Amino acid sequence: MIRGKPDEDDYWNSSKIQNKAFTFDDDDDEFTRLKESKRAVNSIISFDEDDDDDDVEKVSWSGEPVGMKSKAGGFQSFSESISDTSVRTYAPELRRPKAECKDFISDWTPEETVRRMQRGRVYSLEKFRSLQDKLLLLDEAVSAHDGNVITAVLIYLKKSLSKEILFRELMCREVALRHYVHYVKEMGEQRHLLDLLKALGRTGDMALMQYKEHLNMKDENRKKEFLKSCLSLPFSQDDASHVMDHYTLLERQIIIEAADKKAESMGQMDVFKKFPRKASILNMPIITTLYYSCFYHYGEPEGTYSSPVNIRKTFRISDKQYILTALGARAKLKSWVDVDSLFNTKGWFGYMTKKSPVGFHRVVDILHKNNAPLQVLQAYLNLIDDTELKISLAQKYKCHDVAINTYRDLKDRQQLIVYRGKVERGSDEDRKIEELLNSTQIRWKN
Amino acid sequence: MAAHLSYGRVNLNILREAARKELREFLDKCAGTKAIVWDEYLTGPFGLIAQYSLLKEHEVDKMFTLKAGRVPPADVKNIIFFVRPRLELMDIIAENVLSEDKQQLREFHILFVPRRSLLCEQRLKEQGVLGCFTNIDEYILDLIPYDGDLLSMESETAFRECYLENDQTSLFHTAKGLMTLQALYGTIPQIFGKGECARHVANMMLRMKREFGGSQSQILPVFDTLLLLDRNVDLLTPLATQLTYEGLIDEIYGITNGYVKLPPEKFCQKKQGEGGKDLPTEPKKLQLNSAEELYAEIRDKNFNAVGAALSRKAKIISAAFEERHNAKTVGEIKQFVSQLPHMQAARSSLANHTSIAELIKDITTSDVFFDNLTVEQEFMTGVDTDKVNTYIEDCIAQKDPLIKILRLVCMQSVCNNGLKQKVLDHYKREILQTYGYEHILTLTNLEKAGLLKPQTTTRNNYPTIRKTLKLWMEDANEQNPNDISYVYSGYAPLSVRLAQVLARPGWRSIEEVLKMLPGPHFEERQQLPTGLHKKRQQGENRTTLVFFLGGVTYAEIAALRFLSQMEDSGTEYIIATTKLLNGTSWIRSLMDRPDNQS
Repeated sequence: MIRGKPDEDDYWNSSKIQNKAFTFDDDDDEFTRLKESKRAVNSIISFDEDDDDDDVEKVSWSGEPVGMKSKAGGFQSFSESISDTSVRTYAPELRRPKAECKDFISDWTPEETVRRMQRGRVYSLEKFRSLQDKLLLLDEAVSAHDGNVITAVLIYLKKSLSKEILFRELMCREVALRHYVHYVKEMGEQRHLLDLLKALGRTGDMALMQYKEHLNMKDENRKKEFLKSCLSLPFSQDDASHVMDHYTLLERQIIIEAADKKAESMGQMDVFKKFPRKASILNMPIITTLYYSCFYHYGEPEGTYSSPVNIRKTFRISDKQYILTALGARAKLKSWVDVDSLFNTKGWFGYMTKKSPVGFHRVVDILHKNNAPLQVLQAYLNLIDDTELKISLAQKYKCHDVAINTYRDLKDRQQLIVYRGKVERGSDEDRKIEELLNSTQIRWKN
Repeated sequence: MAAHLSYGRVNLNILREAARKELREFLDKCAGTKAIVWDEYLTGPFGLIAQYSLLKEHEVDKMFTLKAGRVPPADVKNIIFFVRPRLELMDIIAENVLSEDKQQLREFHILFVPRRSLLCEQRLKEQGVLGCFTNIDEYILDLIPYDGDLLSMESETAFRECYLENDQTSLFHTAKGLMTLQALYGTIPQIFGKGECARHVANMMLRMKREFGGSQSQILPVFDTLLLLDRNVDLLTPLATQLTYEGLIDEIYGITNGYVKLPPEKFCQKKQGEGGKDLPTEPKKLQLNSAEELYAEIRDKNFNAVGAALSRKAKIISAAFEERHNAKTVGEIKQFVSQLPHMQAARSSLANHTSIAELIKDITTSDVFFDNLTVEQEFMTGVDTDKVNTYIEDCIAQKDPLIKILRLVCMQSVCNNGLKQKVLDHYKREILQTYGYEHILTLTNLEKAGLLKPQTTTRNNYPTIRKTLKLWMEDANEQNPNDISYVYSGYAPLSVRLAQVLARPGWRSIEEVLKMLPGPHFEERQQLPTGLHKKRQQGENRTTLVFFLGGVTYAEIAALRFLSQMEDSGTEYIIATTKLLNGTSWIRSLMDRPDNQS
């Protein structure tokens, strides 16, 4: 192997180059492979040879020594016809007089080269030496739309151009750029990728891409530290606040999880005994975490990490979401007093009234789902403004009193008669309707 | 075995035969006994090309799935890996090869499907195993025949690659596939297209044709026209819930490679005296294609018309069984008996589809389904698309599946030509808080693909598009349809409208709307050698190949089949696509999630 001198070409000066001499005679190992695989004939065989130092830009696409072109042309001629016959028959061709092949290689235009690459024939990229030639080749590959070929050319460019120049040229070639990003991603060269995106000014993308790595982290502490390191990344304003929340959330979950696990195992708190935790709270969404906190830590002072009030404030949870979540948790525990207090508001003159940022019909749905007793359901049914909705829900959840009273208040005798058909004969409801219908106090509208 | 492929206008069995021939040739290249190690994903598509019997005839004795560790023992001369060109699979192959017992002397081969990849070979080399393979080859399975009028590349990632990552490799495969098709069925004289990707594919095809200039196809063209359509020209259609029978099966249970897995409860034969015991727990697996007469008849109907069709069929079948009472002479009885197998097959087919229809009906009659559909239809007709929708909010609060939420929000965005920033921010916050902050990644992807976007102009052109293309038809007739809108009970898929207008009266009539949709529209002609110009008989239909780049839904296919069957349409359609999809599988392909969940 010969480490070659940097080429005279201007553009080559900007990159560190390492050339590698390659002949079949002195590389038996490679030759064996050639015999074994038809595909190995392709120049790919020696691609990326001794990639011992990633930071050094190297030229080793086909192993052909730069500046020694005549030697390089050795193997393309036989590969043309190799497809169906054994390599061995053609092997002697490898040692054809070098001069004979010389013309071949220098004659290939970018178009021809790309076509050969597409057809899986042998080609050489080393002859594209000046920046201009390389870019012509790249543009040709792009216009052929063959991802495989575009990637091959990009790998060559990556190895033979300095980062600065490569990035600069990719900037005005969107398609090639995307392929390059995809390639670097596939290869897991995260650092290089981040450099690239930074150079392109696509810092938002870069930040997200880095952030994405947390998805595959299992250990919560490692993930937390990683998210913390993401905070300084140049996210868009919105994303930055979401990532911040993500980090804060995981940080808290770790603290809460540790404390609760301990409390549970020591049997200190009744709520854990009565309702053992089904799963850990780690990595759960914030709304789930809020539910957990309303379930196990309701009423804790605002100063604690696990208190619902604190969580609500820290994560800017909307009134609607808070009420729905807290309601779900307290109803599950059948803590109807807590449910009531969620909606209590002091009105004018000190009266307590009930107010809700979500429709009371939703509240009733949730209460019913949690098997709330009849009087609780009735109380909330009565808070529904829309009478039609109120009656249909009352009927659905069998709160006949509410329906009957509503018809009475509407002075709707006809509907009340219809409704009588829906209750059981001789039941309390039935008697109540009967009484109302016979009452002389009511001035029915129909 | 694949006779249903040859019933259609174009005999797609030719394509299947070509694929089988190539497979046989490769297998024979590896002389001696062999074991195939499968990339599991490929077994489905391969099943459409060849059965195990074909492999067996070519000395395949064993089959394994690709797994880390060592290839199980098998007394064979060759081990062949059938794999997609993916780096992670290369690592597994390398591990397999390196842990092989050196005593065994088994030869290794790789068959890449559909194409070999430089990156993969490089990876094998890095792992030090590239030299261990006797054959490394590619099996160009671009277009797989799914049915008599349907071809798919089954490339799950095609949409994501094209519209998110701007990786055009799948378009290259598309062009290659179309070249193969033209080699078998003749040059397609007219190419129309709409969209960036369509333009690329057409360019590549024309270029490839130039390069093969000398060898003109001498086959009389089977296709008159090729229509290339970008999926992103019509982002709306896949988001809507499909309402045809086949579409609903796919929406609810998912059809993969022509098979569906169903909950078994409704399929067990209830015999007297053994009620209740031995309920099967394995899902019932059924193959669905036009080889089954009844399925071919009902698959494209609106689901509301399926019940009537099934009961009609039931009457016919029981009448046929009743015939036995009329069979008096030996000859008549003989004839009856000869028809029995066919009748019994028809009866079991009827039983299966009655069960499936029951399963689906349980869902379509639920409140959840109805409410969701109502909101979809409001959006598609342009009702309140500029405000936060309370139904969506409620679904989020109830933690309905995230994909359902995303489908609805994206639909609202598409029907409103983008959402007001405030509305978009609200949805985003609710989604992230309820489903997890990591979904920023997915939301970003949806924005990049254009499915979700902030409004940039106050002008919403969706209503204009809707009116000009008649995308919404009041009173769609579900039982006896007279328009394609029956497939979504009112909404006529935009993509199929474009195909319909192209056939008659032509795209010139909708220039304005075409300009509102993304990407260029174009027309190209390919010269035919003299003597190959078709002399059309009077009244003979034209044949158009519609290629959906980025995926197509079963409901769209149903709509095109409906157009083929319309008496005065004058055009028959063959459908090709990169992937058969529905809104759920489509959105899922755009999500970023941990590797083990993708």
